[in-house]
Order: sequence, then C-alpha cells, then structure tokens
Amino acid sequence: MTHQYKLGGRNIVLDVCSGAVHVVDDAAYDMIALFEAHPKAEVLRMTAEKYAGDPEVTADELEECYSQIEALRDAGALFTPDTFEPMAGDLKAKTAGVVKALCLHVAHTCNLNCSYCFASQGKYHGERAVMSFEVGKRALDFLVENSGTRRNLEVDFFGGEPLLNFDVVKQLVAYARGIEKDAKKNFRFTLTTNGMLIDDDVIDFANREMHNVVLSLDGRKEIHDRFRVDYAGRGSWDTIVPKFQKLVEARGGKNYYIRGTFTHANPDFLRDIETMLDLGFTELSMEPVVCAADDPSALTQDDLPVVLRQYEELADLMIRRRKAGKPFTFYHYMIDLTAGPCIYKRISGCGSGTEYMAVTPWGDLYPCHQFVGDEAFRLGDIWHGVTNTAVQSEFAACNVYARPDCRDCWAKLYCSGGCAANAYHATGSVRGVYKYGCELFRKRMECAILAAVEAELGDDA
Amino acid sequence: MKHIQTIKTRNLCESAKNGGCGECQTSCQSACKTSCGIANQACENTQKETK
Repeated sequence: MTHQYKLGGRNIVLDVCSGAVHVVDDAAYDMIALFEAHPKAEVLRMTAEKYAGDPEVTADELEECYSQIEALRDAGALFTPDTFEPMAGDLKAKTAGVVKALCLHVAHTCNLNCSYCFASQGKYHGERAVMSFEVGKRALDFLVENSGTRRNLEVDFFGGEPLLNFDVVKQLVAYARGIEKDAKKNFRFTLTTNGMLIDDDVIDFANREMHNVVLSLDGRKEIHDRFRVDYAGRGSWDTIVPKFQKLVEARGGKNYYIRGTFTHANPDFLRDIETMLDLGFTELSMEPVVCAADDPSALTQDDLPVVLRQYEELADLMIRRRKAGKPFTFYHYMIDLTAGPCIYKRISGCGSGTEYMAVTPWGDLYPCHQFVGDEAFRLGDIWHGVTNTAVQSEFAACNVYARPDCRDCWAKLYCSGGCAANAYHATGSVRGVYKYGCELFRKRMECAILAAVEAELGDDA
Repeated sequence: MKHIQTIKTRNLCESAKNGGCGECQTSCQSACKTSCGIANQACENTQKETK
C-alpha cells in the first residue's frame, strides 16, 4: 500500500508497510500512481503524454525513472505487501496480564466549571470525591505487582483537578520513590493541571518529581475564558498564565506541554498556538474537543476544512520558525522516522483495558479514563484485580486488523487504530472508528511527515 | 537524473525481528488527555535491529 500527497511544495510518497518515505519529482509521482495497475509500456506512454510539452522529461528520463521505481520495489521500499495481520495479537498476547500504566483519578472534583469538560466538571457523572492515600498506595502496589519485568511504569495524576488533592499526590510520589529501587522499577509521573492552584511548592515538587506536566491553556484569552471559568463564571486565563510561565521557566528543559482544546468556537486554532508562542511557551499541544455531537462546542462538518487548513498552516509555521532558529514543538507533529516504534507496537492498538487502566477515587478499575463512570466497563478493583474478563477480552482483541474501517487506511501504522473510547462513543463499538477524528489524524500525519522531510532535506531539494 | 529521494526511516518489516519487547510508553490516543499516538513515540528496545 502506498499513500501519495502534495504538500508544502513537496511530492511525498509513503510506502505504508515498510515505513519508507520518498520525496519525488512530478514524473515519478505520476508514474508511482500508475505503476501497479498498468504494464510498463502503458505507464511510460501515459507519463510521456502528460509531459509532452516539457523538454526535460525525455523518453530516456522516463525509462530511468521507471527503473528507479522498480529498484525501490525490489529493495522492499515501495509497494511492500501487508503481511502483518498474523502478528496483530502477538504483543498483547506476549504481555498479557502486564499492567504498565495507570491513570490515577486523585480528584473527581474541580475548581473550574468548564462546560466542554468530557468528565462533567471532573465528577465523571458521579459524586465528587478525592482519592485517599490508602487507595492510591494500593493502586501503586497493584501496578508494581502486575508489571512483570517491565521497568518503566507510568502514572498520571489526573482528575478533575489533581492539585485539589495535592497532599495525597505528594505522599504517593514519596511512597513510590521509597519502593521503586527494591522493586526494580522506575516510576514516571505526569501531572495534568488547570493551573489554578500552582504555587512555589507545586512548582518545586512538579519540577523535581514529574516526568511530564500537562498544563491546560486554550490559547487566546477570549477563547480560553469562554469555557475555562470558575463557578462564579470568571475566566481563569489571567490567573493561570503567569503561574504556567513561572513553572515552565523553573522547569529547566524538562518535559511539559501547554495543552489546549479547540472547539466549534475556535476551529482557527492556529491563532491560539501563536498566542502560546507569544507567551514564551514552545512545547505545545492542541486537541479537538471530546464531547457529544449535539453539544454546542462540538466541531461540525463545516469546521472540518478550517481545521485541516490550520494543520497545514501550522506545519508551515513550524518549518519557517525552525529555519529562523526559533523552533517549537507541536506534540502531534513529533515523529521519529528512524527510531519510532516497531511493527508489533504499531498494529497492537492502544493499551487501554490491558496494559493501561484508570483508577477511580474508590479504587475501581476502568479500561481508561474515558470509560470511568460507565458501569458496564468497570473491570474490577485494585484489591481483587480484573474480574470482568469479558470486557477486558474485548479490549485485548482490539487491534488495527480488528477494525474493518482501518484495513485499507494508509495511516493505520501511524495511529494503531485510534482511540477505543472515541470509537465507542461514535459507533457503539470499541472496534469502530471515529471518522471525524480519523480525518484530523491523517492530515496531522501528512503534516508531521512533511515537517520531518523538511528537517532532513532543508533547502537542499 | 535522480527522480526519487528516500528519507531515512526505520524499516518496519525488519523491526519484526527483535520487536515486541513492550517497554515503550503506553499509546493513549484520547484527545481529552494529550493524545499520544504511536507515531510520536520512541522505541525503548535496547535490542533493536541494526541497520
């Protein structure tokens, strides 16, 4: 399977199954499109006809171009057949029973009242609650006990707003640091916060202990304050921006993300990215809102072309700023073409419900944070482990090849089948796909690969 | 004349040989967190194939 596209003045050809990326001239671009469906003479004739007015495209050149395509095919870098399906369940089978990441819902409550919140203002459609140290400690023990030989363990402090339960967060980190050496583990913590309660104590702690911090900021003040308001309806932008700036400055280069949400109110989210850059932030993420289709903040079909154009303009901005010595990172455009994941990982789907689970303040286990509150998806608890094996099996069987819609998609080895929760909410099945999200993802991958191509070729070609 | 430039990439077919160690980060793609697709992850396998 190949995927061809033109973007940023480049003709790009992806050989999906080998992972090869080629930058080609116009004649090669057309020839590759014809190559598999037509005999050589036909390909040469059709291409020659198209370029009849171009003196540089001679018969000899076309013959040479055809030979180059054949050589790449023979080297396994073009038209590589998809032979991966029998391996699709291997990674999950091999690591069955191993849990390596937990999303700890330390606070099912929030000090902001954002109407677009997927978690119903942090409550997950349930009662307000915070996690006790005892529950959190048992969750960490559960993770260690079930992590097999896996050394790096990921724990996200999530909510609601986790800093509403900051003392417990600190106690849990101290507990984890106390057991990790003997357990031969390395905890990597992430904190996702709205920033309202950040102070010097939080900054010191986060910069010492958190592998990553995710800081929620939607960009422009008027966009941010439209949704991210307190219970009195006051916007939070003025409060949090100086706190985020202070935290990031003190972070000394460690991982962080300014994470924004774009909605129907700002499909032109590039303006929000520019605001983040103007504020001095360089590690950026902007995500489409997750909400019901009838929610007023939901992205519409009319928003789609606007959003797709933003992604292209964002890639262009990123390339220009890198050349100007003012680079920034957009999380979705991070792609490591030479050292990315192996094929097993790429086809095995996300780890929700198997290697990754969410833990509620009461110690219940769910396949991921998006299923919390939906009792049908409760997997078990941290004392008894997974008892709902029927639901877990459904998640274990989720992979790229288990999703009929992914079968012929060129981006399947970049997304691994997408988000099970989005699929479930869009189609009623974790093996469906959220097609709107797929459209965005494919555009992001085209842009990410263009940026990677520009980084390698620069002005050379 | 060179019509095709090939960018350096990891060969996915080759990656099957020593792949599947499972040490890499979990790939949550939920947009309500910070969606981490497999594309923007690093391989953490210390035994991966040499090119």
